[in-house]
Amino acid sequence: MINFNYLRVSTTKGAVDAIVRDSAAQWIAGGTNLIDLMKKGVMSPQKLVDINNLPLKEIKKEGNKLVIGALALNSAVADNELVRKEQPLLSLALQAGASAQLRNMATVGGNMMQRTRCPYFYNPDMPCNKREPGTGCGALKGFNRMHAIFGASDKCIAVHPSDMSIALVALDSTVLVSGPKGDRRIPFQNFHRLPGDLPQKDNTLERGELIVAVEIPDNKLNKNVHYLKVRDRASYAFALVSVAAAVDLQGDTIKDVRLAMGGVAHKPWRLMEAELFLKGKPASEANFREAAALAMKDAKGYGHNNFKLKLAPNTLVEALKTATGKG
Amino acid sequence: MAKKDSGKDRLDENELNKGRRNFLKQSSVLTALAVTPTALVKAAEEGLDEKAAGYFEKMALSIEINGVNHNLSIEPRTTLLDLMREQLALTGTKKGCDHGQCGACTVHVDGNRVLSCLTLGVMMQGKKITTIEGLADGDKLHPMQEAFIKHDGFQCGYCTPGQIMSGIACIREGHANSDEEIREYMSGNICRCGAYPNIVKAIADVKKGGQKL
Ligand SMILES: Cc1cc2nc3c(=O)[nH]c(=O)nc-3n(C[C@H](O)[C@H](O)[C@H](O)COP(=O)(O)OP(=O)(O)OC[C@H]3O[C@@H](n4cnc5c(N)ncnc54)[C@H](O)[C@@H]3O)c2cc1C
Ligand code: FES
Ligand code: FES
Repeated sequence: MINFNYLRVSTTKGAVDAIVRDSAAQWIAGGTNLIDLMKKGVMSPQKLVDINNLPLKEIKKEGNKLVIGALALNSAVADNELVRKEQPLLSLALQAGASAQLRNMATVGGNMMQRTRCPYFYNPDMPCNKREPGTGCGALKGFNRMHAIFGASDKCIAVHPSDMSIALVALDSTVLVSGPKGDRRIPFQNFHRLPGDLPQKDNTLERGELIVAVEIPDNKLNKNVHYLKVRDRASYAFALVSVAAAVDLQGDTIKDVRLAMGGVAHKPWRLMEAELFLKGKPASEANFREAAALAMKDAKGYGHNNFKLKLAPNTLVEALKTATGKG
Repeated sequence: MAKKDSGKDRLDENELNKGRRNFLKQSSVLTALAVTPTALVKAAEEGLDEKAAGYFEKMALSIEINGVNHNLSIEPRTTLLDLMREQLALTGTKKGCDHGQCGACTVHVDGNRVLSCLTLGVMMQGKKITTIEGLADGDKLHPMQEAFIKHDGFQCGYCTPGQIMSGIACIREGHANSDEEIREYMSGNICRCGAYPNIVKAIADVKKGGQKL
């Protein structure tokens, strides 16, 4: 691994200042993504600013919102009583990610900020517009089995690998950030972005903006939930396709529903049209199928990942069946 | 590979980054010759906040490993795994993949299982580490070590230190209530020899024994 300087900070302001001051500096939280990428030579910050002493680990109720600090560990969030009771979908999504050891290190902020696992991005000898803008997208006509079927561009077809973010986007969360220009709230849907012409930008954070917390509203979607992750092995693998489903079921009727998909796009992929279709309808396999067809309307395969065009709707239907116990 | 032009600015920025990378590659060779500035080390020892290493300088670290205190001076890039294996001769913890994918390097930090290959040594200031070498009480093996022998929970043994550290944590966390749960919560430990069924048996047995771990 390349060498670098190391700085420990203990306030949000100290953390922000350290990054603003030095264009080659980068924050480190759990380190599980950054150190891996540094070992591969994909990232090479000259200074690491360690934010682990910041007081951002708390998980608490504020009014009827659940507020989770950016440095709360993935394992701590998944096992937290409040989270399990009020937002069990988040707990399920976290448990489906990485391994017990990694979840003991990974933080909420770092999880959202993790980079794609596209093998072209991960290999500095390969072309990749995300890593080195202008070099082309190796995956577009290359090995693209893991890649996007929604919202990709001819510059990049990578997917965002976070499981946690799929639950957070479904649950209408808000990201709280603090930066050189002050504090800002970003709706989770607007946090990650599509690649377009700027695939090097994963999200809408400005340089120097630190994630301090994630806020989840009380949405009464804590009874009929399921996170279904389809992967190459039973555990400890990234999603081929995953679905987060939360349903407010009254008898047989879907009163309200939230749906999002992972492993399919450059950002956590919320399925608003399918939600709208299902609202007020009976929970039945036929309706789930129709919703899935709506969800897949703009999907596009790139060769090796064509199987996702079939796998994705099937995963959605299965997730809804399990969440509702119907169909 | 032909360069697709996607904007001058981005290419310029990219060239800059490349220059930086090459510079870093060269300067890391020079680092070996660097001298530690005592003022910085002192500041670090005193636990002052907002402290930095000088340009690629070593940093002071106090860390407790298996009950032994170490006061060290290390490069920021040294992982906990390399620190233990290369500098402290604690080779019980294994390096499999060095990228967080296999679990061979699992140790406990303040009682929780983590991967030492993705942990920077400098980030372990004041922490208590337990490795496979710290489990036995003299000649008396830890119950999990006994169970791995009893159930034949290994073949080549390379993954075993990681499996044992992980298995102990799995029980402590309360995630060893069924074989299925053990398999799920042990999935971060890969065994090339495929000793999985016996590893699950060993952990289930220790869990059943109900000893405090
Ligand atoms: C083998 C392996 C398997 C994995 N499998 C999965 C999986 O199945 N599903 C899944 O979802 N994930 C998986 N992961 C990824 C893992 O979840 C991430 O590595 C982890 O969540 C990153 O969090 P961290 O705290 O370690 O981040 P770090 O590595 O410390 O940081 C990552 C990035 O986030 C930035 N950052 C950190 N905190 C903040 C903040 N508060 N504000 C702004 N920027 C910040 C850092 O500057 C850095 O750029 C896997 C990882 C490995 C190594
Ligand atoms: S060596 Fe750390 S996980 Fe493989
Ligand atoms: S015993 Fe050989 S790798 Fe597990």
